Amino acid sequence: MQKYCYNNGRRDFIRKASFSAALYAIPSLLVHAESVSLIAPTPAPKEKIKLSINGKEISAEVDTRITLLDFLREQLGYTGTKKGCGMGQCGACILHINGKRMNSCQTLAIHNNGKTIETVEGLANGDTLHPMQEAFIKCDAMQCGYCTPGQIMSGIACIRDGRANNRDEIQRYMAGNICRCGAYQNIVDAIAQVKESGKTV
Amino acid sequence: MENNWLPVNEGPRADALDKVTGKATYAAEHRVSNLAHGVFVCSTIAKGIIQSIDEAAALKAEGVIDIISYKNCPAIPGYAPQLADGTRNPKQWWGMKVLYDNQVRFYGQPIALVVAETLEQANAASLLLKITYQKESFETDFNLARKDPSKAKPPSTYSRGNASNYEQAAVKVEGEFTIPIEVHSPMELQATIAVWEAEDKLTVYDKTQGPKATQGAIARLFNIPDKNVRVIVDYVGGAFGNALRNWHNVPAACIAAKKINRPVKVILTRPQMFNLTGYRPQSWQQLKIGADATGKFVGIIHTAISNTSRYEEFREGIVNASRFLYACDYVDTNYRILPLDVSTPTWMRGPGEASGCFALESSIDQLSYVLNMDPVELRIKNFAEKNPESKLPWSSNYLKECYDKGRTLINWANRPQKPGSLQENGWLVGYGMANGVFGAGRSQASVRAILQANGNLVLQSAVSDMGPGTTTAMTKIASENLLLPLDKISFKLGDSELPPGPTQGGSTTTSTLGTAVYLACEALKKSLRTLAVENVPAFKNLDASTLVIKEGGVSASIDKEVFISNADLLKLGNKPFLEITQDSQGTSAMELKHATNSFSSHFVKVLVNPKTLKIKITEVVTTADAGKIISENTARSQMLGGVVGGIGMALFEELKFDHYTGAITNASFAGYQVPLHPDIPKTTVWFVNKPDPIINPIGAKGLGEIAFIGLAAAIANAVYNATGKRVRNLPITPEKLKEAKI
Repeated sequence: MQKYCYNNGRRDFIRKASFSAALYAIPSLLVHAESVSLIAPTPAPKEKIKLSINGKEISAEVDTRITLLDFLREQLGYTGTKKGCGMGQCGACILHINGKRMNSCQTLAIHNNGKTIETVEGLANGDTLHPMQEAFIKCDAMQCGYCTPGQIMSGIACIRDGRANNRDEIQRYMAGNICRCGAYQNIVDAIAQVKESGKTV
Repeated sequence: MENNWLPVNEGPRADALDKVTGKATYAAEHRVSNLAHGVFVCSTIAKGIIQSIDEAAALKAEGVIDIISYKNCPAIPGYAPQLADGTRNPKQWWGMKVLYDNQVRFYGQPIALVVAETLEQANAASLLLKITYQKESFETDFNLARKDPSKAKPPSTYSRGNASNYEQAAVKVEGEFTIPIEVHSPMELQATIAVWEAEDKLTVYDKTQGPKATQGAIARLFNIPDKNVRVIVDYVGGAFGNALRNWHNVPAACIAAKKINRPVKVILTRPQMFNLTGYRPQSWQQLKIGADATGKFVGIIHTAISNTSRYEEFREGIVNASRFLYACDYVDTNYRILPLDVSTPTWMRGPGEASGCFALESSIDQLSYVLNMDPVELRIKNFAEKNPESKLPWSSNYLKECYDKGRTLINWANRPQKPGSLQENGWLVGYGMANGVFGAGRSQASVRAILQANGNLVLQSAVSDMGPGTTTAMTKIASENLLLPLDKISFKLGDSELPPGPTQGGSTTTSTLGTAVYLACEALKKSLRTLAVENVPAFKNLDASTLVIKEGGVSASIDKEVFISNADLLKLGNKPFLEITQDSQGTSAMELKHATNSFSSHFVKVLVNPKTLKIKITEVVTTADAGKIISENTARSQMLGGVVGGIGMALFEELKFDHYTGAITNASFAGYQVPLHPDIPKTTVWFVNKPDPIINPIGAKGLGEIAFIGLAAAIANAVYNATGKRVRNLPITPEKLKEAKI
């Protein structure tokens, strides 16, 4: 089984790796099927990847099962991107891959070889904040701050994607970013203000 | 105002910059070398005994360091039920002892911790454990179990006045209310990193609302002095009560780190967050209320049952508001808890009162229609001039001002007295309101104030902030007191080695910690005046008490104003810095001879589609009497958050069980619905903003709970006003609305 998984060409390998990663991502609380043990690879293969993170070229050897999110947080120490569920349901881990927003818990690190990643840590230019960061501070668009990086990255994408033309549109586009403290109104205010300002995001 | 140059009540959240740049560091994010990762394996039965755990395959898996279960858990002093002499161990761990024995008490209970080099390896190996159980019968169905009175614990009761008052009431309404389990679900996952520095000394990075309480709990667990435990919690990613006590991740990480002699990190998964960090208990309530023909309340009978676990008793003040929020001679309350084979509930935002006020405020609304009275007028009619339970006068109670402002801002005049009689664009329109109330306490705290050589002020206390903005409020109190600009003041928290501060909960932080900050500033002013008289020649013959502390210095009018900056004064006095540690004692309502409470009144406008029964909340006005508002910016955000929480309680939130297996069936954000961006209406916040003259020298009462308490009832009342149908079983869904009787 193990051989079959890893010796059938790259496409098949990635498919299988994604499958097993998805499997491991399923919390043990929900799944405890015995058959799972039959396909658990030991040891797991590693892959070398190169990617650009906030303009910095990074080369690393990664476990093929590690998500982009855990790679950033656990392996590299880029903890600005937050983990709120690991299931693509909360938006705390949203960042930009090649300019598009993405839940980074839903993509493996190895799938991002050669890609350009932008996280909240890369938004400010020295002491000069990104307009969205400034607007979040001005509107107090946060309480605990844990969902904030995801909201900011999503908010920037909202304007870039041309979906910030009115409050309803912003609310719909931002529906994948949960804020449990309930800063929603101020977050929409912040995005609307940046949009109105016409500043480049 | 002499200090109008100051940005008092203005300016951004003190930690906003860290939060928008990703620099704010939460528990799981601290970088620790040689770190191992622990993952819980949880039970797949609801009750019984673990017969066997076969770790063979998992132990052989790549990267696995250890697998800890009851089979090999080291002896932990705090786990021992008895001391060596056979007496009860007074320092026993509070709560379930994880990895301690072979008993399964609820579905999803952690029974083993797989520790590996990486998270991926630990997750993979966690699937390889083979566990067999001996199942026992269990009960998780609250609504079934509550029908057998023998299953609940004996009641706690309260009664005043004469029952015949209620019997003879001109008008009576009664109803039964159910609220399902609601889960805090903060965005940050519960996490602990344990690092042992010596045999009896460790540092713990933990998500906790109380660094000092967590320090004490871990010290007792290992029977080591408090000072040997350092708890660090720079930022808390929301909690709403779920980090008031230490859950399984705390002892598991500490035990594992000690056993493998390496730092260990344990982060709960989102599904685990749904039953391993507490929740608002499920409840059933019956509320009977009677009034005379003029609307004056003559009797309130409030009966409630809420669930607890089989292994711990959790109670909350679910019937308490019925005793004192309104004037009423006859009140009878009865509250019981019902053990089930589930994990233990805990305090969740507005604990007790949030559930109780849903029943009370819905019932008063219903009564208003029977009396054909405006529901606000009915509440004004029954305004309690003093606390009817304690008979003490209120320290302050500006509910009537909340009513006036709320009605104006929501355009209450537009509300139809006849339900279902107003439409907008084909949608039914309804307006509703309800009140919230919570105790405003003040407990003990200690604050260190350090005036540095450059004139900057650093305040320190061992507290944590789950989001309301403690650092912001505290720096503002100091700024106002010392007339010192905000940018010269910082507040350091999140470290148990700082002077002891309170656990953040029960809406008491601003009152408790703020008082300590105020007193520390007063002491600092005194020291500065003394220092000035002793060291500044121009001040030599002055009475120290006549010197004015302002704008970062000391000033006096002699012929003209003489001013010396704090920095120059320290230099002159040959002091590298000035440091004061100030204790502030707590005080009870009895000592104050006043009842201290915060109040809120929420006004809601809803639209209900007459065909689909979809409910759209279109506007909320939330008003509060929380004493003086220290930081308007963050206080407003807290109120907005309370509204969002209330929308969740009213329309969405419900943890569901499969009673055949005892498992939770919707333990994720896909299954457990919380309010999202599109669910949020235009919300207006208004504060009375009058200082409470009694509770503390800063005049602030609490805010966090009343922002939320009463919201669900206000929404339910608006839905009734729109449709003429009252849903008493939360959450209010179109299906329930369809089935609801008038």
